[in-house]
Amino acid sequence: MRISLAISTLLWLIMTLLDVLQVLAVRSDVDLGISPIVPVLIMDFFFVFVVLYYRLRITKVESTDFIDYLWRVFAIGLIATLVSLAIGLFNSSIADSALANNPFLEEVLFSISFGMISVFLISTFTVWKKLILYQKSKRLVIWWNVFEGVILLSIFFNLIGGDLQTSDSFKILFGIITLMALILSANLKWVAFLNFKQKWKSILLILLITIYLGYFFTSIYVPGEETMDILKSIDNLFIISLFVFLLFYSIFSLLVILFNLPTSSVFEKKMEEAINFQRLSQSIQQGENENQIFDILLTSSMSAVYADAGWLEIDRKENNGEPEIRRKNLSPTNRLEVVEQIKVSKQKSILKNPLSKATEQDQTLVIFKKSNFRSVLIVPLIIQEEIAGHMYLLNELSDGFNKEMINIINTFASQASISIENFRLLGEALENERYKKELNIAKKVQRALLPVNLDHDDSFQIHAFTQAPDEVGGDYYDTFKLSEHKFAVVIGDVSGKGTSAAFHMSQMKGIFQSLVQLDLAPDEFLVKANKALSGCLEKTSFITLSYFVIDTEHKSVEYSRAGHCPTLYYSSQNSSAEFLENKGLGLGILRNDSFKNYVFVNKMTFQKDDVIVLYTDGISEASNHSGEEFGYDRMKKILNDNAKFDAVSIQKTFIKRLFEFCEDKNLNDDYTMVVIKFK
Amino acid sequence: MLEIVQTNENNYISIAVTGDADASSSIKLDKGLRSAFDENHSNIIIDCTNLNYISSAGLGVFMSYIEEINQTNTTFVIHGLSEKVLKVFGILGLDQLLILKNTKEEALAEINGL
Repeated sequence: MRISLAISTLLWLIMTLLDVLQVLAVRSDVDLGISPIVPVLIMDFFFVFVVLYYRLRITKVESTDFIDYLWRVFAIGLIATLVSLAIGLFNSSIADSALANNPFLEEVLFSISFGMISVFLISTFTVWKKLILYQKSKRLVIWWNVFEGVILLSIFFNLIGGDLQTSDSFKILFGIITLMALILSANLKWVAFLNFKQKWKSILLILLITIYLGYFFTSIYVPGEETMDILKSIDNLFIISLFVFLLFYSIFSLLVILFNLPTSSVFEKKMEEAINFQRLSQSIQQGENENQIFDILLTSSMSAVYADAGWLEIDRKENNGEPEIRRKNLSPTNRLEVVEQIKVSKQKSILKNPLSKATEQDQTLVIFKKSNFRSVLIVPLIIQEEIAGHMYLLNELSDGFNKEMINIINTFASQASISIENFRLLGEALENERYKKELNIAKKVQRALLPVNLDHDDSFQIHAFTQAPDEVGGDYYDTFKLSEHKFAVVIGDVSGKGTSAAFHMSQMKGIFQSLVQLDLAPDEFLVKANKALSGCLEKTSFITLSYFVIDTEHKSVEYSRAGHCPTLYYSSQNSSAEFLENKGLGLGILRNDSFKNYVFVNKMTFQKDDVIVLYTDGISEASNHSGEEFGYDRMKKILNDNAKFDAVSIQKTFIKRLFEFCEDKNLNDDYTMVVIKFK
Repeated sequence: MLEIVQTNENNYISIAVTGDADASSSIKLDKGLRSAFDENHSNIIIDCTNLNYISSAGLGVFMSYIEEINQTNTTFVIHGLSEKVLKVFGILGLDQLLILKNTKEEALAEINGL
């Protein structure tokens, strides 16, 4: 772009220099030996590069602001005019001096104004091109390309020579170009996209541009007397064609804009409706809230139907059924008056909603006899197939709403409803996402409540496994080292599942961790735990627990059961597994002192290779597709078959068998297993 | 799914519980028991012949009435528990606090003080 600018400037300088030299040569009768074709060629290339420069420039400016384009043309024209006027002024000021008839000066001045005018013409040409090709069709582009090609070729016509007066080919070509210019000048689509104010501005600018064109035309048509024939621009096909085309288009535009002025308000209205419609549908992306959508709906509906006032009545469930009112151009008392008048008015007509059969979705048109407002249009707002409110539009004229307006309102209302529906759905999705995150945090926190390392010594192995179908669960296990050789092991299950169970489970953890330090007998532990839970457990919740104290020095196990699933015990001496049967009652079932009558302590000794399997009912009660439970017999058999393995393998085998039994049926309860194997 | 049907007889009311009493349907069970207790019946019989399954939440509902049964001197008898359900009651220890009978006749004998 810069290169073409530099080249065209350079060419212009050479051209000026050559002209001056030639004048000089003519004066002193010296033949410069320059072919007369050289200055013509230079001039032609000057045109070519200016055209090139503006072509490159205009493609860089990607704007649809037509006023901006016109303003550019106007500015260049202004400069050119000022320069030309200044030259004229200069000429007249030196008219009496010796310089007056100096051909060199004259030649330079002419060259300057000629260059300026060329630049103006070409820049106008490129802008006109932009305007003509606005919203182009394929055919138009072809037409234009042909026209532009011919115009560009006409630059070089002066190589052939000939002028308007004498040359027939000049006449024919000029005629063709003029015809094409006339046809192309009919493309004025851009005018339609101007608003009222822009149209006035365009008229002013184009008028001024036309005046420039006229002025330049006359100034070139009447060149200095001494100017060389070849430079007489009227005989330059390119310049004269440009003039004709530019003038045609300017005048056409002027007339079309002028005649478009009265209808432009209608067009603007339609544009505004389209933009409002777009705003209604885009509002969510812009992070707007429901109220903003309602406001846009009310404002755009009012302006679309020329309503004088209006309000929205939005049903709010959280507001005790009191609808929210959003008013516009109306005081609260006036609104209540109108509401009263609607109630008593007899002139009501129901307008069927074409999109719905339900009668409550119909619009109502009410006409008043005596009031500030003579007609009211009531439009129901339907969100997620429910009436979410009503829009009231008031007009001071008695027949203020026509069919077309009502159709527009229908579209607005349904678009706003869609926007709000989307907005609500999006809100729900975000809320769900937030809950999910919170639950994940809860899951992590709860996971941390279960011990990673289980207390034990060399006399036994201990291994635990737990899984919950929901993010959080109610299963609990824990261990505590009471003394060098004494360990407490606990397994528990909170009734119910999910979040409430998880909370109670964490309470249980707190109670275990505080009570276990007292080194209580298992039954006493349960009595105290029951008492502690009585105050904080929900009425319908209870916790089942098995509490074990393992003494590795005396090889004894003491245990109590608070309603928990019976413990599976494998005795290596008998080579068989049995469920430890003893009486007990779940924690929280009896919340008074009588609880102690229902818990008991059992004591036994263990031997090498004995296995204790603690579990929750999620395992024993897991069922398969046919409703059959995993059950005690299967568990017994699995332990009998696998007691010889270590604690980890026993647990793995149990869970593997459990999954095989349930097949692809999802486990819907928490399940936990703690395996202890004595060494 | 859980279905609760209440029948008022001469000197007692019978509540038949049909289906599965799990975490979600237990609310229905609680409603049924609540209304029976609110009507101040002194004899309530729960017919669990068609109770297929009971979860810990369902047990929690029965459990929550134990105190009220004792305070109001209501005779509250459950009968017809399947072996599976009975076992669940037993493990939790509820069999020690609630009167569980095999048949309706035994349950009626209980309320008639026989």
